Amino acid sequence: MALLLKDGQPVGDSWTHLDDAAGAVPEGPVIVSLDRWRRDRAALITRNTPVGVRLKSNQLAPEIAADLARFALVALEFPRFRDGRAFSTARELREHHGYTGEIRAFGHILPDQYQFLVRTGFTTVELPDGAGLASWRHALAEIDVAYQAGVAGDAPLSLLRRKLATGPK
Amino acid sequence: MARSGEEAKVVSANRLDTGVVVWLGDGNVWVERVEAAVPLSGPAADAALALARQSVEARVVVEPYLVEVTVVGGHPQPLRPRERIRALGPSVRPDLGIQAGTVG
Amino acid sequence: MTHLSSAAAAGIYHYDEIDRRFLAERVEQFRRQVARRLSGELTEDEFKPIRLMNGLYLQLHAYMLRIAIPYGVLSSDQLRALAVIGRRYDRGYGHFTTRQNLQFNWIKLVDVPEILADLAAVDMHGIQTSGNCIRNVTTDQFAGAAADEIVDPRVYAEILRQWSTLHPEFSFLPRKFKIAITGSGHDRAAIAVHDIGIRARSGPGGAVGFEIFVGGGLGRSPFLGRRLADWVPEADLLGWLEAVLRVYNQYGRRDNIYKARIKILVHEVGIDRLREQVEEEFARIRGPKYRLDPEIVETIRRHFAPPAFAALPAVSPALEQARAGDPAFARWTRSNLTPHRQPGYAAVTISLKPTGGIPGDATSEQMEAVAALADRYSFGEIRVSHEQNLVLAHVRQDDLPALWRELGRHGLDAANAGLVGDIISCPGLDYCALANARSIPLAQDISRRFADLDLQHRIGPLKIKMSGCINACGHHHVGDIGILGVDKHGVETYQITIGGTATEEAALGQVVGPAVGYDQVADVVEALVALYLERRGEGESFLQTVARIGVRPFKEKVYGAAA
Repeated sequence: MALLLKDGQPVGDSWTHLDDAAGAVPEGPVIVSLDRWRRDRAALITRNTPVGVRLKSNQLAPEIAADLARFALVALEFPRFRDGRAFSTARELREHHGYTGEIRAFGHILPDQYQFLVRTGFTTVELPDGAGLASWRHALAEIDVAYQAGVAGDAPLSLLRRKLATGPK
Repeated sequence: MARSGEEAKVVSANRLDTGVVVWLGDGNVWVERVEAAVPLSGPAADAALALARQSVEARVVVEPYLVEVTVVGGHPQPLRPRERIRALGPSVRPDLGIQAGTVG
Repeated sequence: MTHLSSAAAAGIYHYDEIDRRFLAERVEQFRRQVARRLSGELTEDEFKPIRLMNGLYLQLHAYMLRIAIPYGVLSSDQLRALAVIGRRYDRGYGHFTTRQNLQFNWIKLVDVPEILADLAAVDMHGIQTSGNCIRNVTTDQFAGAAADEIVDPRVYAEILRQWSTLHPEFSFLPRKFKIAITGSGHDRAAIAVHDIGIRARSGPGGAVGFEIFVGGGLGRSPFLGRRLADWVPEADLLGWLEAVLRVYNQYGRRDNIYKARIKILVHEVGIDRLREQVEEEFARIRGPKYRLDPEIVETIRRHFAPPAFAALPAVSPALEQARAGDPAFARWTRSNLTPHRQPGYAAVTISLKPTGGIPGDATSEQMEAVAALADRYSFGEIRVSHEQNLVLAHVRQDDLPALWRELGRHGLDAANAGLVGDIISCPGLDYCALANARSIPLAQDISRRFADLDLQHRIGPLKIKMSGCINACGHHHVGDIGILGVDKHGVETYQITIGGTATEEAALGQVVGPAVGYDQVADVVEALVALYLERRGEGESFLQTVARIGVRPFKEKVYGAAA
């Protein structure tokens, strides 16, 4: 069971990832793949329970833009930590599409990427198995000056600099 | 163990903490001179590489790989220019590297 | 006349407490990351991109640390600090690179946290000098000095440096991303062979705008950049760059590292389609958040204000007298000086290519000597050119004879800037884990063949650029004579090209003929130069001769008439 992190703290997770192969959709909030959403869209809508969509790294924001209002959650995969496409997807969902639901990162991610996740609009992170919680917590506190405005959570300093809300105290 | 004049392989890597070039020697000890590396062939070489990967797990070395050598007087000498330079030091700075008697 | 200058006068971006806080935090972060690596919490696979983003490579002999010299400018204090670091943690010398950075070759991982702390004490670092992120933004080594400059590119290079530092969205790109900017009609920053190349231009009312090129690059598949935009107003610079990077991050290939640069994306979708995508993205993000505030530009520009130049006559009698009296000095002034916008001053190129020397290398003692000379003669400021030389940008012509004599005491007076002895060479197989062939000893051989400075001056400007592998860090594609080392069945073999250039008339070199062995390369170079001398027209450059007569006569000279 993956640990879910929000603002550096473990939180409970009410969502279930649904495999494409699985038959019936269980009770409660489910996260389905984009393929499954397209296949079972009508059924998932009439189900009237929160639904989330799971995107692979090569599935970009335009693919779900039209249906965004239907998703209480968007989960973005990092197949390898080097694949940084999801940072752009999250940013686009927030800034261009005004998405306000939960954006969750999952897959192979390093704690050293946590601040980048927060600054591009991710709400939560599913920690990989065996992840060191201490490093993840610490990662948010390591640097509190940035040279670019993030999606949220920073305040202007002078020139291009921003003060990050999540930095060292 | 390979015989003189034969081609064989040795395992080489870099120390994780210092980056110094090392070679797998007798008793699976990492040594700093290629002459002291143990020349191997065939399955023995592959087994040694697998053992070297344990050294990676143990955080002693990084990036172990097999280097082709020829054995001269019982001692391995790398075949390729790249590996010779790696064993000795930069060809343009004879005052640096193992060739100069300095380590790393 | 002697005049001491402190590093405070240097035309560098002077950090404030916010910049320093960031750097200190970054140093601490890496200290922790090293500890986590040594404890095993991070595997090598996980640690590698982290250490690369701090400029730390594992090379042939040891770890190599690449220290950022932002757009090639540093103060004398900074250069002195590099000298001390080289002495304390390395072997007392460093290598200046073709991206204006400095490399130390004998670094220990366990020392790196301390080294980064020592660098931070002088506002330096190795941030993003490697990795799949935005690298050092490079520029003209004569920025702020050259007589032909239209817009000083340093202020925008600094803005881009800040904007690209730990950018949350663009730190895990498909591949590395290199940006260069020039502010002069004559491009000394090689913008045509960068992922993004920028020419700063002046418009109506003195407004600054930018011509933007995309998709240039060398390596396995060399391409010249294509024009993306003719005029991007200053306020839109960051928005445009965000748009390009966002398109690249999302659509650049990630299936094949040899096809992952933006030049491949441009090649595959076409420049028009890429421009559409960029313009769409820019239109979406246009707004206050990405607008570059002119006040910010002005504040940063003040860091690059001209130094307190003295009012001098355009011609220095002392200089003319010294020239008349000393032919060796006169020769040095002919090759190593660049006209300065301020009357009575000159920009000086300090050649790091002594005859038979290792191109771009400098000892700690030489670095300290240059730092002292910078304090005495150039307002405490030094530049690094992408051709691996150093520059003192603001020297009084009156001071040139004394400066030259001082340079001579430290082996830094080679009168060969831009000439055939001023060879640009990557470290090659002697240092680099990626190399296939040696480059440095060949550069040394060629340099010795042309030891006669009078011959070099007679030949005139001619850039030899050498790479020890296809990654082309020596920029061989854009040399008048380019030399590429390859491994053919375990033997070092060299492919020779001619007619390349990275200026505003950018062109990729053409292969002369079949690759040759190590022992033949210097002969080939001599033959090519000899043919040029035989066939050149009045005042014709090497490039112009190649353009006029073609490759064939060169090929015949090298390989024989049967070629």
